[in-house]
Amino acid sequence: MTVTARVEELRAQLRADLQIIADIVQPGSRVLDVGCGDGALLDYLAHFKEVDGRGMEISQAGVNACVEHGLSVIQGDADADLKDYPSDAFDYVVLSQTLQATRDPRGVLGELVRIGRRAIVSFPNFGGWRSRLQLLLRGRMPVTEQLCYQWYETPNIHLCTIRDFVTLCRELGITIERSISLDAKGRVRPFYSALRLDNLFSDQGIFLLGKG
Amino acid sequence: MSALNGPASRPPVGGELPGYRVELGADTPLRLDCGVDLGPFTIAYQTHGELNQDKSNAILVCHALTGDQFVTESHPVTGKPGWWHLMVGPGKPLDTERYFILCSNVLGGCMGSSGPMDSDPETGHPYGLKYPMITVADWVRAQRLLIDHLGIEQLFCVIGGSMGGMQVLQWASSYPERVFTAVPIAAAARHSAQNIAFHEVGRQAIMADPDWCDGDYQRLGKRPHRGLAVARMAAHITYLSDEALHRKFGRSLQEGGRFTYGFGPDFQVESYLRHQGITFVDRFDANSYLYITRAMDYFDLVEEHGGALPKAFETTKVRFCVISFTSDWLFPTSESRAIVHALNAVAANVSFVEVESDKGHDAFLLEEPELHATLTGFLNGAAKHRGLR
Repeated sequence: MTVTARVEELRAQLRADLQIIADIVQPGSRVLDVGCGDGALLDYLAHFKEVDGRGMEISQAGVNACVEHGLSVIQGDADADLKDYPSDAFDYVVLSQTLQATRDPRGVLGELVRIGRRAIVSFPNFGGWRSRLQLLLRGRMPVTEQLCYQWYETPNIHLCTIRDFVTLCRELGITIERSISLDAKGRVRPFYSALRLDNLFSDQGIFLLGKG
Repeated sequence: MSALNGPASRPPVGGELPGYRVELGADTPLRLDCGVDLGPFTIAYQTHGELNQDKSNAILVCHALTGDQFVTESHPVTGKPGWWHLMVGPGKPLDTERYFILCSNVLGGCMGSSGPMDSDPETGHPYGLKYPMITVADWVRAQRLLIDHLGIEQLFCVIGGSMGGMQVLQWASSYPERVFTAVPIAAAARHSAQNIAFHEVGRQAIMADPDWCDGDYQRLGKRPHRGLAVARMAAHITYLSDEALHRKFGRSLQEGGRFTYGFGPDFQVESYLRHQGITFVDRFDANSYLYITRAMDYFDLVEEHGGALPKAFETTKVRFCVISFTSDWLFPTSESRAIVHALNAVAANVSFVEVESDKGHDAFLLEEPELHATLTGFLNGAAKHRGLR
C-alpha cells in the first residue's frame, strides 16, 4: 500500500468523535489514549500530528493489534492502572467512549486531569430525546445507535447525560475549556444552543477539560 | 539411576568453537559485584547479519540459563538448530538482512567465555568453586565492554527471554543511553522465592553427586553428569505447563504399553525427561550451572533501587516492549505487569503484550505467531523512529 493510500484509509476510517478529538490535539504533543481499542486514533495522531502517543486498552486482542502496528500500548484498566502514572506526564489524556464503562467514573475523571495537563473525554449522551422517548413511551431501557446493547448485556454500567457530566466536572473543580456535541449522524451541532437543548438533541458529547 | 549414565562424558568444547572470542578487561579489570577485580577475561560471541555504517542496527540477544551464543545456526556440540532459530534469520522478526545480531556467552558460562572451567594461573588447575561469584549486572558490564570493543555507541535493541530478560532489564537500568529499545520476554525484575527454591533443588542434585568432588571434578577427571542431569530434569518441568505435558504425553506408556512393575521409565514423560537430562550433560558444565543459577537468584532490581522499581528507570528514553505468556507459571504475567507498572510510574514508553499460549515458560523459544507478529511490529515501529532502513 502506498503512503497516500494509507493516509486516505486512516482519514476515512476514523470515527467521527475521534476525528474531532484528533483536531483538538496540538501537533507534537504527548498523548495517552485510555481505552485505545485498535489504536486508530493513536495511528492517526502519529501520522498527522507527530504525536508521542501511548495507549492503554483492556482487551488483549486490541493491545496486540496496536503493538503489531508499532504503537506503544499496554494492557490495562482505566479503573485500576491510571494511578501508576505520575502527574502531568502527558499533554492530553484521551478517554473516548469509555467513561460509561468504568466502575468509578468520578475517580477516573480525577485521574485524567491529574495525569494530563488536559483531558479530552467523549461519551454517549443518555439524555438525548431518543433515549428519553423510549423510556417515556415504551417503558423500556433505551437502545440507540450509540447505545446498541440490551440492558442485560451492556458494558455501559455508568451512563450519564451531558448535564450530569457538566455537573460532575463542576463538583470536581474541573474546568470545561471546550464542549462539542454531535448529532445522531456524527455531525457537529452548532453550539449556540443552551445546555438544556444540547442535552436534548445530542447523541454524543466531547469535552476538553483542564485542571480547576 | 543407571539410566542417567550418559554416553562417555566429555567436557564441553572450549577453544575450538566457531565464532569470535575477545579478551576484555586487560587494562582495567572488571570490578565484580562480589568485590573481586576480574581481568583479563574472555567473552565468546557470535554474530549474524552486517553492522551498518553508523553502527545503529545492532541487536544484542541475551541468552537464557542453558542457552549460549549459538542463537540460530546449528549447534557446534549437539548439531541441533540454534535455540532461537525461529526468531533470528532472514525475514524473521530479528531479520538478519536488516539487523546485526550479536549474542555472547555469559561470564561463568561454559561455551568459550571465562568461567569456572578456566585454569587458575596460581595453581595451574581449573578454578572450580574458586572462581568469583558472578551476577546479572556483571554479565551486563562485560557485554558493555564487548560493544565498546565493537565500537557500538547504542544498541538498537537488547532482547532476551527468562534470564535473558533479566539482562535486558539490567541493561535498560544500568546503561539507558546505550539502549534504544528493550524487550524483556517472560522475565521478572527479581527472582521469586519459588524460583530460588527450584534452583536450589538443582544445585543440591549436582552437589549430591559423588563425582562433583566439591567442584573439583575437572582436575580429578570426573564429571557429575548424574547430578547435572537430575538438575536439568527438575528445571525442565518448570519450563513447561501442566497442559503442555498432558497434551504431549498424558499417561502414555512406553512401547509395550504395560507397566513393568519396576522403576524403569514406564511412562513416556519419564523417558522424555531422562532424555532431556542425558543430552544436557553433553553440552553443559555442572559448575557453570551452579554459578549461573546463583546469579539469577541474586538478581533483584527492586532491592537494588531501595525497594522502588520505578527508580531503576527514572528519566529513561528507552522504548520497552514487555511480553509474557498466559501459561508461564515460572515467570508469570504478574511479574511482567510489575515491570510495566514501574515503567508507567516514570511515564516511560512501554508496550505490554500477554501472549495466549499453553506452552508454559518455554513458549518464548517456540512457534508462537502472536509473539512473532508483536516483535516484528514493535521493531518495525522502533526502526522507523531510529531512522533505520
